[in-house]
Amino acid sequence: MRPFSYARARTEQDAFSTLAQTARGAYLAGGTNLIDLIKLEVAKPDAVIDINALPLAAIETTPSGELRIGALARMSDTADHPALRSAAPAISQALNLSASAQLRNMATIGGNVLQRTRCVYFRDISQPCNKRRPGSGCSAIGGDDRKMAILGANDRCIAVHPSDFAVAMLLVDATIHLRGPAGERTVPFLGFHRLPDDPSRDTNIQPGELITALTFMPSALTRSSTYIKVRDRASYEFALVSVAAALEVTGGTIRDARIGLGGVAHAPWRSREAEAVLIGKVPSRDLFTAAAEAGLQAAVPQRLNRFKIRMAKNAMIRALTSVGMPA
Amino acid sequence: MIGAPLARVDGRAKVTGAARYSYEEQPAHVAYAVIVTSTIAVGRIASIDGTEALSRRGVLAVLTHDNAPRVRQDAASPGDRKLRLLQDDRVLYDRQPVALVVAESFEVATEAAARVRVTYAAETPATTMNAPGAVTYEPPEANQNPADSARGSFDSAFAAAPVRIDQTYVTPTEFHNPMEPHATTAAWDGNRLTLYDASQGVFDRRKSIAAIFGLPESGVRVVTKFVGGGFGSKGGTNAHTALAAMAARLVGRPVKIVLTRPDMFGGHGYRPRTEQHLRIGADTSGRLLALAHDVRSQASRFENFIENSAVISRMLYAVPNQVTTHRGVRYDVATPTFMRAPGESSGSFALESAMDELAYATGVDPLALRLLNYTETDPDQHGKPFSSKSLRRCYAEGAARFGWSQRPPQVRATRTADGLLVGYGMASSTYPANRSSSAAMATVHSDGSAYVTSGACDIGTGAYTAFTQIAAEALGIDVAHVRFDLGDTLMPEAARAGGSQQTASVANAVHLAGIAVRDKLAAAAVADAASPLHGRRLDDMTFARGRIALRERPELGETYVAILQRAGVSSMSAFAEAKHDRRVKGPYSTHAFGAHFAEVHVDPDFGTVRLARMVSAFAAGRIVNSRMARSQYMGGVVWGVSMALHEEGRIDERSGRYMNANLENYLVPVNADIPEIDIVLVDEEDPHVNPLGIKGIGEIGIVGMNAAVANAVFHATEKRVRDLPIRPEKLL
Ligand SMILES: Cc1cc2nc3c(=O)[nH]c(=O)nc-3n(C[C@H](O)[C@H](O)[C@H](O)COP(=O)(O)OP(=O)(O)OC[C@H]3O[C@@H](n4cnc5c(N)ncnc54)[C@H](O)[C@@H]3O)c2cc1C
Ligand code: SF4
Repeated sequence: MRPFSYARARTEQDAFSTLAQTARGAYLAGGTNLIDLIKLEVAKPDAVIDINALPLAAIETTPSGELRIGALARMSDTADHPALRSAAPAISQALNLSASAQLRNMATIGGNVLQRTRCVYFRDISQPCNKRRPGSGCSAIGGDDRKMAILGANDRCIAVHPSDFAVAMLLVDATIHLRGPAGERTVPFLGFHRLPDDPSRDTNIQPGELITALTFMPSALTRSSTYIKVRDRASYEFALVSVAAALEVTGGTIRDARIGLGGVAHAPWRSREAEAVLIGKVPSRDLFTAAAEAGLQAAVPQRLNRFKIRMAKNAMIRALTSVGMPA
Repeated sequence: MIGAPLARVDGRAKVTGAARYSYEEQPAHVAYAVIVTSTIAVGRIASIDGTEALSRRGVLAVLTHDNAPRVRQDAASPGDRKLRLLQDDRVLYDRQPVALVVAESFEVATEAAARVRVTYAAETPATTMNAPGAVTYEPPEANQNPADSARGSFDSAFAAAPVRIDQTYVTPTEFHNPMEPHATTAAWDGNRLTLYDASQGVFDRRKSIAAIFGLPESGVRVVTKFVGGGFGSKGGTNAHTALAAMAARLVGRPVKIVLTRPDMFGGHGYRPRTEQHLRIGADTSGRLLALAHDVRSQASRFENFIENSAVISRMLYAVPNQVTTHRGVRYDVATPTFMRAPGESSGSFALESAMDELAYATGVDPLALRLLNYTETDPDQHGKPFSSKSLRRCYAEGAARFGWSQRPPQVRATRTADGLLVGYGMASSTYPANRSSSAAMATVHSDGSAYVTSGACDIGTGAYTAFTQIAAEALGIDVAHVRFDLGDTLMPEAARAGGSQQTASVANAVHLAGIAVRDKLAAAAVADAASPLHGRRLDDMTFARGRIALRERPELGETYVAILQRAGVSSMSAFAEAKHDRRVKGPYSTHAFGAHFAEVHVDPDFGTVRLARMVSAFAAGRIVNSRMARSQYMGGVVWGVSMALHEEGRIDERSGRYMNANLENYLVPVNADIPEIDIVLVDEEDPHVNPLGIKGIGEIGIVGMNAAVANAVFHATEKRVRDLPIRPEKLL
């Protein structure tokens, strides 16, 4: 760990101006990812600006009926929020299947979305890594690639995004609210996380910007959603693969569908291919199998993770069965 | 008092934080050291520059091979350790110490350590057992056992056997990660050194450190009051202990070191990877005719440690024709060491998996197969009788509790309501009952309390409590008035806490010391005309609640307090030694035995395995404390599950670096992975093993559990996984 200064921001403006005075300042929310990375010297901020005093922790239903999750809402508070649980069960489930109770009490929604990959080479500064040191090479390629990507990877980076929550957020057409020194903007959640064209950039956030909130409009689709996580042990472990699925079925026909995949790509992965197979069809085991095949058609395994393809297909079939053909 | 489920006497100190662990010692002016470790597996340090580190405020010294004091780094024991103590520029394994930074605080030392600039002339490491540069060798021994063994004629018997199993089983490199990492606080007083060290044996540690620094053993004191788990890792002397002493001498202040979690995956020993070739020949009824167990064990290039995996195959079943061999395979890794049930835990996976394969090949129930090949005598010691063996009762009681008879013989035959595959598996367990010489000192004070010491270690097993009970019973004083202390080389010498031997070894010494003081008190009373016991015979007396009485006339007697007060002395003491020479084989073979039964549920879509039930039955002689014994067995069983499903050091074959060197990526079970564990304590009286009839229980819990899980997985899925851990992909 390198020495850094610490400041507590009282207002957003305060946060922006404090950050502007630093060379490599970083915002601190729950700290469960940032502090880790500082200890490992993967992150080397000269200043840490604590944003926990900002009034961004509320979870509320807006007058227009949208659900608004403040960036500083804790994972645990979010998971247990009754409005969210009924609006999008997959999101609650994804949060409750994340990390541990202690971590969820500390970690925030904004931090969760921005958490960095768990790639072991990224987290070990003795190893080359394009994400940490652009141009140094990707050690995971040809190394221990068991947990790495099977979709959307390239020869610069094969890391996966670790968040469960972000996968479930793909189902709800969420909006990310950002505020920075230059003002406020909103971006769709989908597309916020990047594929590894430039592995040093995980997302499209701009320097100095704060996430203030995530919003979405609950719908029949989001209410009928579920999240399935497959991992090496029963709890306290990142996903090998995960699937978030939402289906709107009326009159025995699938009107709309959303599928998110986790543990497979540099970004939470929306499978439009699988969705296309489903929409307009009658739910059946065969249909779900076809959707899973379509969803993983483009998958390219690494040396040690061919199994993820089958696992992801089976997880998708199970998730679709549980929302589309409940027993 | 022996056998009672007494709560830990040190429990309150531990949960309140009053118990002081080695790193928590805070001698005046203590400084903090942090080790810089290599990032290559083999090569040379080309340059090392501590200037920037040294310039940090609060940094006291930066030690490298250029300036470190010269010591004898080859002198440590036990085993033939050759530590890496900054004496030269060679790097022999990943995460080898290459520099040491000493500073006013842990934080400053940590930050400065990251500023030490090291460049390497790296060489291409051999990083697997089958790599071109890996070298197979014939070891002189396998962890204190003969490396090879033979009886009968294996080749012809195997060739003629109607049923043959011929398979190779692999266990991965595993790293001990006790909650308390390795830690040492070192303080010099002139030429005398005191070490507060997280160790499993203070006397072993003293010997090693004295030899490394060229000191007389009397010049080194080692203190180990509390240890947060050892599991073998704290048995041998490791570099950090010597480095702390080196740094303390250099800066002229006490110095403490605690390892980071990643460095727990460095040069402090680990369970080596094994590749075990099992060949079993049997008749069609399942009776064993021939068995060969050939082990290849991961080894370093510079020290000898061999996982004695085949030793269990020499004695567990009646097999007339047998060969076993151990070979080391040297490559560019650190040296392995003892890790809970070294040999038996890895070996039982191979043997008990192969037995399960034989059960399916012959159509014999796995439990019936074990009974068919049961041996009443030790085939490895020319049919010597066991001092006691209650394995039949372990099988019977475990099977009954588990409901083994309900097991459907077909594989992949049962599912839970939600579609998970159900499988039952079992395996046998055994571990030798070892013992070493130990001594103890017991004192009874004139206030009626007793103070008993022996330089043993409590590595979390409950030694404080067990020896308090033993002492109380021997002394005839209630446990509440007995204080037992341990963990100091100023105390009588005791066996180390390793090899499941400490309780049996030290208990016998404590017992003798207790009896000796008691008898002294009685002798004083007998000789004293003022005593109601005057002129009585020792044989006619009983000792209880701090009082001596006549067996036939209990009202006639007096208390220890009265005897001491009349004698005008403040206390009476006795020293006793329970000698045992491990090299001298007695008339009995001594082992503890057990049996595991496990039910697993496997998700056929994901290949994920979860334990549903576990029943394990053990017979290990006299149990000193049933509550702690249960905990000890449970810990072993959990670790067996961990070995079966989770643990694995993952080496990057290009660099030779273990890339999962942390508890995020080195998996162990969490609570959600472990259902209720039903431990059955099978009563056993052993009049031969040692005077108190105690066998060790430290390691047997893990032995065979990995195979019980793997066998259950086969029953559930029809997939035989022969390389641990059983990851989902192996079942998909
Ligand atoms: C042992 C362990 C297990 C875990 N398991 C899981 C799991 O199973 N599933 C899962 O999804 N996650 C898991 N996590 C990750 C955990 O969810 C994240 O660490 C957490 O969500 C990060 O949130 P935080 O508030 O602590 O972020 P911080 O560590 O405070 O911040 C993370 C990053 O986001 C930036 N940041 C934070 N908030 C904002 C904001 N509002 N605006 C702009 N920038 C911001 C920070 O500057 C920093 O770069 C695990 C973590 C650990 C340590
Ligand atoms: S996969 Fe990405 S994060 Fe991992 S080493 Fe390669 S570049 Fe770095």
